[in-house]
Amino acid sequence: MRSVIAWLVRLITGARLCPTSASNHERSRIYFANHSSHLDTLVLWAALPSESRERLRPAAAADYWGRTALHSWLATRVLNAILIERQAPSKERDPIGCMVEALGSGSDVLIFPEGTRQLDGVMGTFKPGLFHLAKRCPNVELVPVYLENLCRILPKGEILPLPLIAGARIGSPISCLGESESKPDFLQRAQSAVRALGPST
Amino acid sequence: MIDSELLAMLAGVLALLACGSIVTTVLIKRANGKPSPTVINLRDRVRAWWIMVAIFGGSLLLGRSGVFAFYALLSFLALREFITLTPTPRGDHRTLGWVFFIVLPLQYVFAWAPWYGMYQIWIPVYAFVLIPIRSALAGDTTDFLTRSAKIQWGVLTCIFFLSHLPMILYLPIPGYEGQNAKLLFFVVLVTQISDVLQYVFGKWLGRVPIAPAVSPSKTREGLLGGGLATIGVGTCLWWATPFSPLQAALISAMLVTTGFLGGLVMSAVKRSLNAKDWGAGIPGHGGVLDRLDSILFSAPVFFHIVGFYFGESMARAYRMPEWLKSILVPFAT
Repeated sequence: MRSVIAWLVRLITGARLCPTSASNHERSRIYFANHSSHLDTLVLWAALPSESRERLRPAAAADYWGRTALHSWLATRVLNAILIERQAPSKERDPIGCMVEALGSGSDVLIFPEGTRQLDGVMGTFKPGLFHLAKRCPNVELVPVYLENLCRILPKGEILPLPLIAGARIGSPISCLGESESKPDFLQRAQSAVRALGPST
Repeated sequence: MIDSELLAMLAGVLALLACGSIVTTVLIKRANGKPSPTVINLRDRVRAWWIMVAIFGGSLLLGRSGVFAFYALLSFLALREFITLTPTPRGDHRTLGWVFFIVLPLQYVFAWAPWYGMYQIWIPVYAFVLIPIRSALAGDTTDFLTRSAKIQWGVLTCIFFLSHLPMILYLPIPGYEGQNAKLLFFVVLVTQISDVLQYVFGKWLGRVPIAPAVSPSKTREGLLGGGLATIGVGTCLWWATPFSPLQAALISAMLVTTGFLGGLVMSAVKRSLNAKDWGAGIPGHGGVLDRLDSILFSAPVFFHIVGFYFGESMARAYRMPEWLKSILVPFAT
């Protein structure tokens, strides 16, 4: 069922994986990507090779993915998402904690450090979540991902997706958080790694 | 009833492909595990040809609706590649939604119906009026003219030009009724063989590039050698067409010329969009448009030349069909 859905998503969006690093990996990974569309998670999930797809647990906003029965079925049954409370994160449902737990049990996590969808393919600044996650899980791989054309396929505010060809560029892992690296420096470095995978301007 | 001459041509193409597969297998065996990239690319191309011929031949055997469905899908895939490479901002989102989900399907409905008058003007008049209107309503004026022109170009080439190929099935040719599928097969075969032979002659004898900045692989020797060989092939196939051998030679020469020039223009468009290939949909070839580029210009020119020559007016032959009238007229009166 899940592989059929993945195949369908690949067929419709033409999603292509452009891997620049080996796809099989021992250590858990944090994928961090640019965010411009509701389809981002689904496209990256579908584009991954099947073993990596089984390991993936995307972080997803509980308010959006809980909207309808279809959304929550997709989020929990298909995408195997970690639902995050964006508005009022409580102590017992601490988002970073949930992701640390998933990484500890051998899953890979996908996060969108910009926090919200950006317009026209322009990248926003990274929120500190990625930094805190990297700090608490020093042994995971930090993998930048650039999602291409999603801002044209289904931009913020549109309902009808265009049948254009999407692309997911997965980069080589960036080096781990340095001992003395400051939060802004690290987030800057992570953002440049994603941007470097995008179109050269 | 399936035309035996059509099957003969299909069998000929399959035999040709079998030769291609044998040659590439031998070349790869001989290379002892270290085949050159050109040979690998050749193998991929031949493999892709098997699939393309199977789909194209299959659509012809399915009959008229199969052919129209096949070309509607091709138009969709081609337009998708074209628009993917053309940077369009958010202001064009709704316009493109109209183009993909309304303009394209209706063009093929009018063609399949067939309602010749509407099929001829649906895109050059109605779609070309709708496209800038929808973009203007969206309110973004940055590069407005360029953006509209790019979308109109994509619609013109990928939908309007391409839809002339299945329309060949309706060309009224006295004494050739019911056999038009062979003519469609002839046009596609000659243009594609022309591409293949120009590639082969270019690799073999190619020296002087014709337009190096646009397409370095197109050479004078490739065009002349491949073109003449293609005219030979086309002339030998006169028995399947309504033409005399001389007419078949002239038509083949026209297909070679328009195919070459169409490919050249589409290459220039592709370069101006900073791409090497239109896509990655067909292994070894690039995208769907990389395979279709040469037929985009030759299809409408062929259609109208043959239509004029045999003299029967398409507009008189295909008025608005009764079933379509029964749907649309209640709204008009």
